[in-house]
Amino acid sequence: MLGKTAGGLFWLFRYLERSENSARLIETGFRIALTRPSGSDDEWQSVLQTAAVDQLYATKYDEIDQAQAIDFLLRDKDNPSSVLSAIANARQNARLTRTALTREVWEAINDAYMGLKETLSRPVPPKHLPEVLNQIRQHSAQVRGAMHGTMLRNDIFDFCRLGTFLERADNTARILDVKYYVLLPSVTQIGSSLDNVQWETILRSVAGARSYRWLTQGEITPRGIAEFLIFDGRMPRSLRFAARKIKSNLSYLEENYGTRHACHDQVDVLEARLRHGTIDDVFDEGLHEFLTEIMNDLGHLGGQIEQDYRFLG
Amino acid sequence: MTDQSRFFDEMTGGQDRPRQPYGPYDEWFCGENLKDLRKKSAEAESFFRRTGITFNVYGAAEADERLIPFDIVPRIISAREWSKLTKGIEQRVRAINAFLYDIYHRQEILRAGRVPRELIDKNEAFLPQMIGVSPPGGVYTHIVGTDLVRTGEDQFYVLEDNARTPSGVSYMLENRETMLQMFPELFSRIKVQPVGTYPASLRRSLAACSPQACDGDCTVAVLTPGIHNSAYFEHAFLADQMGVELVEGNDLRVVDGRIAMRTTEGYKAIDVLYRRVDDDFLDPLNFNPDSMLGVPGIMDVYRAGGITIANAPGTGISDDKAIYSYMPDIVEFYTGEKAILQNVPTHRCSEPEALKYVLDNLAELVVKEVHGSGGYGMLVGPAASKREIEEFRAKLTARPSNYIAQPTLALSTCPILTSKGLAPRHVDLRPYVLMSPEQITMTPGGLTRVALKEGSLVVNSSQGGGTKDTWVLEE
Repeated sequence: MLGKTAGGLFWLFRYLERSENSARLIETGFRIALTRPSGSDDEWQSVLQTAAVDQLYATKYDEIDQAQAIDFLLRDKDNPSSVLSAIANARQNARLTRTALTREVWEAINDAYMGLKETLSRPVPPKHLPEVLNQIRQHSAQVRGAMHGTMLRNDIFDFCRLGTFLERADNTARILDVKYYVLLPSVTQIGSSLDNVQWETILRSVAGARSYRWLTQGEITPRGIAEFLIFDGRMPRSLRFAARKIKSNLSYLEENYGTRHACHDQVDVLEARLRHGTIDDVFDEGLHEFLTEIMNDLGHLGGQIEQDYRFLG
Repeated sequence: MTDQSRFFDEMTGGQDRPRQPYGPYDEWFCGENLKDLRKKSAEAESFFRRTGITFNVYGAAEADERLIPFDIVPRIISAREWSKLTKGIEQRVRAINAFLYDIYHRQEILRAGRVPRELIDKNEAFLPQMIGVSPPGGVYTHIVGTDLVRTGEDQFYVLEDNARTPSGVSYMLENRETMLQMFPELFSRIKVQPVGTYPASLRRSLAACSPQACDGDCTVAVLTPGIHNSAYFEHAFLADQMGVELVEGNDLRVVDGRIAMRTTEGYKAIDVLYRRVDDDFLDPLNFNPDSMLGVPGIMDVYRAGGITIANAPGTGISDDKAIYSYMPDIVEFYTGEKAILQNVPTHRCSEPEALKYVLDNLAELVVKEVHGSGGYGMLVGPAASKREIEEFRAKLTARPSNYIAQPTLALSTCPILTSKGLAPRHVDLRPYVLMSPEQITMTPGGLTRVALKEGSLVVNSSQGGGTKDTWVLEE
């Protein structure tokens, strides 16, 4: 496979994951605004921060306003992480890697792009927002379904999955990091209940509210949430789960090509840390410090994969 | 209004009943209702959009991907008609290939005075870098897309030979795919020869021309100028259908005297490169130094037998519009036979007498730039305003050798589906020819381009043309 193609697939799936994450963040912010009208603009600030576009937003607007924030996250072309930009980038990468995708996957991505380009060609009023967010979710599901149902399980598939899980791990770490102050034991005592809105934000942002309730019988603690999102191997958006996936896809590549690279050593260290670590260690070390390290490691790993598999040259 | 009776209609032949090849289709059509067919027609468009069969339009920023309109009424050719075309095109392609070998070696045809020497020497399409080079397997034109027009029951003319990098074959394949999905019942009633074998034939044909340096399995790749090229979809489509890599210049470099592509496992040598990049951009070291699309040094590797380039560099000298007028001589010179397919009578404006005739008859003629393509830079006399004609007259007088002129051909018509039912529109035909050292093969079918505007004779997609599925019937 061409290095360029591997890189295109990797980014195609990073962008798809990103579009989904952005949509989920909008959904969360919107939901909170509905249930708690006062102070919701603070919430949009933290949503923008989680999407890592708060500074970009500030260059464009003086103050935070719900309609503007939603528009910025949903369809602003200047925002590379907006749903529309991410989908457009995903499709551009899909065109580049057209020969590596099955017709079903290509059509699902092309459908998503055409559908959303039309839907997002004008501002979305609040009454249509749920419908639009639903459309985004359905398109993601279609692409994922087409991928699992029709693609060969070979190196092509591995690069797609690497993109998905690196983006996802980064997203989950960022959500936790933005909210880490509400999870810190010093602010809220261990075992005490969190502010309802705050935990809801976190869990909804990772589509984990329902799972968490089932796993913990409804008891919501900062420690419990952090543990769930970092160490619960059953949770498909947890850091441990994502690291395990990255490791296994990289090891398939190692087996397939018969070559071990620096990225394999890096992922082994990262995965072992998330497999053996405990939430007590994390809180001892400091949640923010821990997450910063993990995000750095993920960044390095992405760069190493790009180099080892010659995405660029 | 144009008087339609001047034109040969391929469905009716000017009679009340359909011509024989269209009989079964007509019978089926009469049992359908217009509303349903119009609905199908709209479905076809969404089908094309979904599959991403688009072409990029240069200079159009926002809507930079467009669809070529598709008409659901097939263009039907009988087996007998096809077999005659096949013979004529094979003969012509063989002659073109022999001409290219000759022109880059001993130049016998120039010595014999059958083609004027200055036509070659001063021609930009003639590549001195190809002198004395023998391409692997002796094949210059691996893929040819001959443009044909029809003017009567038995009159076919070759309009252009397209021996560089003819495009459009993906439409031949996808148009059929679309028709099969939309009208399966038609294909069970009427036996149409398949076109779907083209990608496999193309791969086989290319692999049969592997270079000296190839050891064992032949690695084929398609070279595209990139995602912004107007035919990018086709490049990706063909690579995908052949199961080979789609590469750009920046994926390639010279490694150990071979052209190699950067893969996830390191550099891997390519044996045959089906390039969809023009000669001029192929190699910045040997041609246009500003090109970012090609591979520095590929010409040196090519001359040393390290890679096969398809089509070979320098084939443009054979499909040049000035050379075109000599094709009947070229065919005769190399095959010893009269040309089976007719050439359109062509006035070379470089010749004073011809120029005078052309200037006196501009309103009746089609004038083309010698190096132009895509329907740009041409004058269609009968359709042009007085002012357009005068403007063209000035250009022509300033640089006569840059132009040729041809009579306005009475292009045949085929029906298209309009809101009022069937209506005749002018068409041309581009069949695709594959040449390998062993054989020349022609896929039974091709790209039918249709001028969608009533009375228009310009079928180019960049000028409002559409396409149709082309059916060659079984014997």
